[in-house]
Amino acid sequence: MNAVTLHKITKTYGEGKVQAVDEVSFEVKKGELFGLIGPDGAGKTSIFRILTTVLLADSGTATVAGYDVVKDYRAIRNRVGYMPGKFSLYQDLTIQENLEFFATIFGTTIEENYDLIKDIYDQIKPFSGRRAGKLSGGMKQKLALCCALIHKPEVLLLDEPTTGVDVVSRKEFWAMLKALKEKGITILVSTPYMDEANLCDRVALIQNGKIMSVDTPEQIISAFPVKLFAAKSDNIYKLLTDFRADAHVDSCYAFGEFLHVTLKANPEVGVDKLQEIAAAKGHANITVKQIRPGIEDSFIRLMNDSVHAWDVVQ
Amino acid sequence: MCRDLTKQFGDFYAVNKISFEVAKGEIFGFLGANGAGKTTAMRILCGLSFPTGGTATVAGFDVCKQQEHIKKNIGYMSQKFSLYENLTILENIEFFGGVYGVSRREIKERSNKLVKTLGLESEAKKLVGALPLGWKQKLAFSVAIFHQPQIVFLDEPTGGVDPVTRRQFWDMIYEAAAAGITIFVTTHYMDEAEYCDRISVMVDGKVEALDSPANLKKAFNADSMDEVFYQLARGATRSGD
Repeated sequence: MNAVTLHKITKTYGEGKVQAVDEVSFEVKKGELFGLIGPDGAGKTSIFRILTTVLLADSGTATVAGYDVVKDYRAIRNRVGYMPGKFSLYQDLTIQENLEFFATIFGTTIEENYDLIKDIYDQIKPFSGRRAGKLSGGMKQKLALCCALIHKPEVLLLDEPTTGVDVVSRKEFWAMLKALKEKGITILVSTPYMDEANLCDRVALIQNGKIMSVDTPEQIISAFPVKLFAAKSDNIYKLLTDFRADAHVDSCYAFGEFLHVTLKANPEVGVDKLQEIAAAKGHANITVKQIRPGIEDSFIRLMNDSVHAWDVVQ
Repeated sequence: MCRDLTKQFGDFYAVNKISFEVAKGEIFGFLGANGAGKTTAMRILCGLSFPTGGTATVAGFDVCKQQEHIKKNIGYMSQKFSLYENLTILENIEFFGGVYGVSRREIKERSNKLVKTLGLESEAKKLVGALPLGWKQKLAFSVAIFHQPQIVFLDEPTGGVDPVTRRQFWDMIYEAAAAGITIFVTTHYMDEAEYCDRISVMVDGKVEALDSPANLKKAFNADSMDEVFYQLARGATRSGD
């Protein structure tokens, strides 16, 4: 059974001038940890708002926990936990008060579903008398997750929970999501960080309101159509411009300490070819190797295959 | 240049005796976990807040005595605030150029050139609010260095931007650095940390590591900056914004 379905969902703003979501269709299976991966402005938040029944789509249909987002909006609201991208708890209430407030709204108590939030709540419990507005980013995030879980939702909808959060807190947060998934909760989570795709069962890559690909991270990576090479030299920026200027090179992007390069033809001799180009330009300490692509390589490839961001806005 | 720079709020040391030097034209990555004290330190270096101890100079000016000189000689851009959405592209350039005392004639000349370089000629008279985020960020960076400052402070300039635009943004950073502008940048993307000449990592108000990405990886026996950062920041006792 599918916990979330979208069928050709379309949403425009400004009387049709801005196409935020463009015929988006995908399904999230029950018990799945599903990632919606894309940059700001891709349409992620609009999709979340449609699924949480706070925004009406222009066209298309969607269901959450088996209920229609338009007809059965009340049923959905009782069955989903939602963590918006922007911190939306009551800043003047303490941790404890916020949690009690959300429990009461949903007709339950903190005790009733305590086992679900225990692991997360324990980390912020020492500060339970502190006002939410005075909490650090990481603690706010944990409190918001507790509040979204307090009524034991079937589906958890998390809109960019890790944006602007440091590496350590991001790792902790994903460990929490994994634990929740094991308790049988379906999770739809969005993120602009491509590396987080690998932590999901399946992902949808979204750009300019359109879904570019839906699959497991493994499958998306193995669908990368050409051979990919990593290269570096003593002068990485010059190497980037030299490669880009070369007629044999199809694409060249910086990835950490390496450049990721694809060639227009003869990829089987790619390593030698790239060595040769770099050497001819006088580079020293050249390293070239063939590598396995990552999600970000796939995303860039898919992006370049579709229209450029700017054209859509026009 | 910073020596034992400190900012104390009550008995809380937001920034605790940090010292480092950044060379002209260097790309310096200023990393740290949430709440490590990055923002507080940046505010002092931008001449917006006084330290409670230590000394620092920015572009040769003292952060305690010459705040106004500092402001004139630096550029600043952040993800949160960069441009006025309800002004056009040209109006934004004119406004910020004017604030920094660039002459009218020069603003006119250079803004036309800038718009052309960015490929935004046909959008020059459109409101900035209508631009996609990636373009806004690229424009914001150009505006931040429009008055040819000695150093530019970039506070998470690429947050949420798509992977291609993020790299185009770094091309612009490299170009500016090659032109002699010092770059002081914070980021949560660890692959971007690799693009810096040197990196400092702040933990609990102190600079815990400072070196080139390659040397840091060697020192921490790590394959990536992500791992280096994780090893350093894992031990942090405080968190916050």
